[in-house]
Amino acid sequence: MADVSAIGKKLKKKFPNAVTKVKTFRGELTISIDKDYIERVAKFLCGDKASNFDYLSDLCGVDKSRLGSSNTFEVVYHLYSLKKNHRVRLKVEIPASNPIIDTVTNVWKTADWHEREAYDMFGIIFEGHPNLKRILTPEGFEGYPLRKDYPLKGRQPDSLREVYRKGKE
Amino acid sequence: MGIETAFGDNILTTSLDKVVNWSRKNALWPMPFGLACCAIEMMSTVAARYDLARFGAEVFRFSPRQSDLMIVAGTVTYKMAAVTRKIYDQMPEPKWVIAMGSCASSGGIFDTYATVQGVGEIIPVDIYLPGCPPRPEALIHAVMEIQKKIDKESVLDD
Ligand code: SF4
Repeated sequence: MADVSAIGKKLKKKFPNAVTKVKTFRGELTISIDKDYIERVAKFLCGDKASNFDYLSDLCGVDKSRLGSSNTFEVVYHLYSLKKNHRVRLKVEIPASNPIIDTVTNVWKTADWHEREAYDMFGIIFEGHPNLKRILTPEGFEGYPLRKDYPLKGRQPDSLREVYRKGKE
Repeated sequence: MGIETAFGDNILTTSLDKVVNWSRKNALWPMPFGLACCAIEMMSTVAARYDLARFGAEVFRFSPRQSDLMIVAGTVTYKMAAVTRKIYDQMPEPKWVIAMGSCASSGGIFDTYATVQGVGEIIPVDIYLPGCPPRPEALIHAVMEIQKKIDKESVLDD
């Protein structure tokens, strides 16, 4: 695994306002990004010759609204470079009351379904996404099940079941 | 249903019942609706060791149009519920349903937002087969119970 610490420094130099925190734990680099910059940072990391993150291996949401008093959601991007064989993790905090962030589908195509999943489970809106609708739960599903305020053993309203029960007629 | 209804309940129709039921119950064509781990047991039921062919139900059809016994083997999620209902609707009459395993019967251990709490919420079920997963012998037992049920049917029922 290549040494990635240079990437953090380079990013900090290029976008001084975007990078809020750089952390290395056991050789894994995690960079916190301000939410307004995510698209630009993504484009840069993908296109830059030295970092060359051509592959988004995962994108997920985190509900941190009950962690401390921050009341935020987080979007986490795991990037990998197939050419350089190195990885980096980006974290972006967004307010839980207004979870909106720019899409990265125009940088990595894989973000399409990942963002739909994060939308489905957490209700995070990815602005500019070409087809932002639920992916794992059926249409007509109510609520966002992985949010902390979603009740444990939460049930769907009977109306959803009624659709299936009726069948073809 | 057909012309036989004109005869009412007499020796003609009861003999016809016997023939029809005999042929139906000994040639069940299951629709394997394998959704989770239970499907593995269902597969092993048709394989050489347990050999469901002994009960005339070995022809698993992956087309609902050619089958008359739906074996719902596994966890039914809400995402899958619409498909389950559609496939059930596509099967020609007469048809029977086995809810195999605790997931299909009642949601099982998956007491969550995503899981239908028993496929009976969506389609009519003839046999609930408990177990997590039920052994192949149990599935054979369920098929035998279906056969008993078929034996009691009459062409005069609609
Ligand atoms: S009943 Fe048990 S074995 Fe069957 S699908 Fe559910 S969890 Fe799997």
